[in-house]
Amino acid sequence: MVFDVPLSFLALQLFIGLQNGAFYALLSLGLAVIFGMLNVINFAHGAQYMLGAFATWLGLEYLGISYWWSLLLVPIVLGLFGILIERALLRWLYDLDHLYGLLLTFGLVLIIEGLVTDGFGSSGLPYDKPALFAGSERLALSGLTGNERDFMVVPIYRLWIIVAAVILCIATWYMIERTRLGSYLRAATENPALVRAFGVNVPLLITLTYGFGVALAGFAGVLAAGLQAITPHMGSNLIIVVFAVVVIGGMGSILGSIITSFALGLVEAITRIAYPEASNIVIFVIMILVLLTRPAGLFGREA
Amino acid sequence: MPNSDIPIAAGSEAAMRASATVEPVIQVEGLQAYYGESHILHGVDLTVHEGELVTLLGRNGAGKTTTLKSIIGMVGQRAGSIRVLGQETVNLKSNRIARLGIAYCPEERGIFSSLSVEENLYLPPVIGEGGVSVEELFELFPNLKERRGTKQGTRLSGGEQQMLAIARILRTGAKVLLLDEPTEGLAPVIVQQIGNIIRKLKERGFTILLVEQNFRFAAGLAERNYVMEDGRIVDMVRHDELAAKEAQLQEFLGV
Repeated sequence: MVFDVPLSFLALQLFIGLQNGAFYALLSLGLAVIFGMLNVINFAHGAQYMLGAFATWLGLEYLGISYWWSLLLVPIVLGLFGILIERALLRWLYDLDHLYGLLLTFGLVLIIEGLVTDGFGSSGLPYDKPALFAGSERLALSGLTGNERDFMVVPIYRLWIIVAAVILCIATWYMIERTRLGSYLRAATENPALVRAFGVNVPLLITLTYGFGVALAGFAGVLAAGLQAITPHMGSNLIIVVFAVVVIGGMGSILGSIITSFALGLVEAITRIAYPEASNIVIFVIMILVLLTRPAGLFGREA
Repeated sequence: MPNSDIPIAAGSEAAMRASATVEPVIQVEGLQAYYGESHILHGVDLTVHEGELVTLLGRNGAGKTTTLKSIIGMVGQRAGSIRVLGQETVNLKSNRIARLGIAYCPEERGIFSSLSVEENLYLPPVIGEGGVSVEELFELFPNLKERRGTKQGTRLSGGEQQMLAIARILRTGAKVLLLDEPTEGLAPVIVQQIGNIIRKLKERGFTILLVEQNFRFAAGLAERNYVMEDGRIVDMVRHDELAAKEAQLQEFLGV
């Protein structure tokens, strides 16, 4: 017994915390990558995540596209949508203050959410995830048998979300920190003019980076489609927390934002058990403390 | 000392004669350049022939760095004519200009702190054949071989960073090098090493346009020296005229 609750309950809450952290990680990763290359705070990230969930629903409803194909196709479609936004709108703002990119992408959120609400209402759409993910497994937490409190219920779909997010995060980290393409990205984040003068097509790199960041949000949207009702505002609710996660972790480090995301998911879960009333604000309290003591974030580099 | 001048001067004349038939590697005519509202270059004319080592001398703010940055395309607003390896580049973006076979080493060295020494070395893409191999680079720059495992490029000393900044553009196969003050802020012994390296590069046939404040360093290496003032070329001094024009040069450069 910890916090006066059975071990099985505690384990399940921590597990759900990790699964929330998985969403924070996928979304904060995209935000951090986009901010690094474009200097744009992509407020539309939540709306793009929501579009990912809607696209998954539409794909199944009208085209018969299965969940598995959606995992592949929806990020591609969202990525192309991102590329269009970057080429048409964002590229005019790079020399201006961050505020302009924030305002433009905020405007996009209002337009996208408005259109989706108009088309599908705001009550939420159900999505049938593959039968494979239905139900849950029971996991023995100790050697004792027969005692119901020593079993943890592991919802299969939530487990899949954690596994998929961890794989994608590691793959993204590897690409950015360990490959030639990643070294272009890191160098162009520091000094785009010089990287371009070496013969690298930096504007193309920027466009693809935005597309990739939006594709990550789209992938998170597909995962969310199988978990919750799909509503036009599902992204806005989540993205505010994700912004706080990014502020806490700092923009400087890919690994930092991944670790921060999962850690904060766990912190939320523990708060939910220890003092449920605070579970919705604990991340923002931590954000304030971090801003006061380390303004660049836990893993960020001081400017 | 006069003896050592003769072969270089002769080489320079050969290059001059060749210029009648072969187009210069860099030909700048009437170059105007602006940073926002400020007009920096007011009609720069200069020519660099294949295999030549030419310097741009002048005081701080004379427009030397802006001239190099204009040639590589890092200055947004430029007018006039810049021909690089036979192609007009005044309207090209810097990534296209670099691909013609020209590379730039910035004054602030531009070593990336989020890249390791090795990643910094491999960063500039190969743009042509015949680049210097990494093994040869480590022979030219033994310090870099020792420090190749360093996780952060900017952890190197100033001299090592300068060597890395030169080494990485030699790998790419670019035959024309724009070097902006490679000796700035370095200890005399390192300045000497860099001088030796530039001499070796010239022997290997690289065409080099070098910006320098260090007049003695530059004049000892170059075949011709352009003198800049207030965004214009005001004089061109061949190596064999240095002695005669020294007093005049000192006055221009304020040394």
